[in-house]
Amino acid sequence: MNCIIIDDEATARAIIAQLCSNVNSLNVLEEFPNAIQAIKYLNQNDIDLIFLDIHMPDFTGFDFIETLKNPPKIILTTSDSKFAIQAFEYDCIVDYLVKPITPERFQKAIKKAEVKSMPVAASTASEKVETTSGNDLYVNIDRRLIKIDIPSIYLVEAKGDYIHVKTENQNYTVHSTLKKIEEKLPNDLFLKVHRSFIINVNKIIDIEDNSVLIKKDVIPVSRSNRPELMKRLNLL
Amino acid sequence: MEQPNLSYIHSMSGGDIAFEEKLIAIIKAEFPDEKQVYYKNIAAKNYPLTAENVHKLKHKISILGLEKSYEIAVAFENNLLEGSTELQDDFESILITITNYLQQL
Repeated sequence: MNCIIIDDEATARAIIAQLCSNVNSLNVLEEFPNAIQAIKYLNQNDIDLIFLDIHMPDFTGFDFIETLKNPPKIILTTSDSKFAIQAFEYDCIVDYLVKPITPERFQKAIKKAEVKSMPVAASTASEKVETTSGNDLYVNIDRRLIKIDIPSIYLVEAKGDYIHVKTENQNYTVHSTLKKIEEKLPNDLFLKVHRSFIINVNKIIDIEDNSVLIKKDVIPVSRSNRPELMKRLNLL
Repeated sequence: MEQPNLSYIHSMSGGDIAFEEKLIAIIKAEFPDEKQVYYKNIAAKNYPLTAENVHKLKHKISILGLEKSYEIAVAFENNLLEGSTELQDDFESILITITNYLQQL
């Protein structure tokens, strides 16, 4: 994750930079002593994570967040715990570190930031189907490959330039086509039943006329695809 | 009175001596300036600004392992925000202790 540090105290910036240097996935691009300079930088650079001090003169951390249209993930750093409730009113804030920050607590915050990337992925459209590896399908999210367990996928639906990948635990919106993902999914498990739908045959609950029920989704089966679907079923 | 120490700095440096030296140098450079601004603002009875200064200084108090002093700083910051200077003497004693300690490093 590319990150920046915003803190008016040089000591705090040095500590956070040092803690970041111990985490392979973190790449500190810049440090700023105030939020104004950081705003200019963010207008021209893509950042995944910001370590942000709340308590800064003139322009607080919260003022800063309010100026961002699409804020990246933010870990607040502060000497006060009294802002914690206010902090979590912002979806972009993944954690709240009280100074002095310990390495253990810092690691925990980074894990939260990494986990937080997953649900964010469900609502973004900057993803691409990249590759498969055994039972896994990888999608590219913010220059990182996120793993999806293929057997957990029960439905893929085409929607314009995007596909919705529904799994047992989470849904992903991916900028791709049904044809591309069909090539990545195993034929013995998945079947295109309609020009807009691929289903996991193992997840079918029942079939009625020209539709199948998967989870709570009723999916249409086109006339041309019905014979192949029936062939796949272990019929009595 | 409790004495400053480098326990926190050692704990988070992971044995990186260069980093420890760098951090101590930053503290030694930053602390006198912050202290000076504090004295200026409290002399001017500008308590909201003084509270900001105490807020910033209390991070260094905690970095130097002064746990009880940190609590005093927190209470003093709150007092200042309410317009009171109660605990000023205690807080300034902490500043003197840190000043002396940093001179020895």
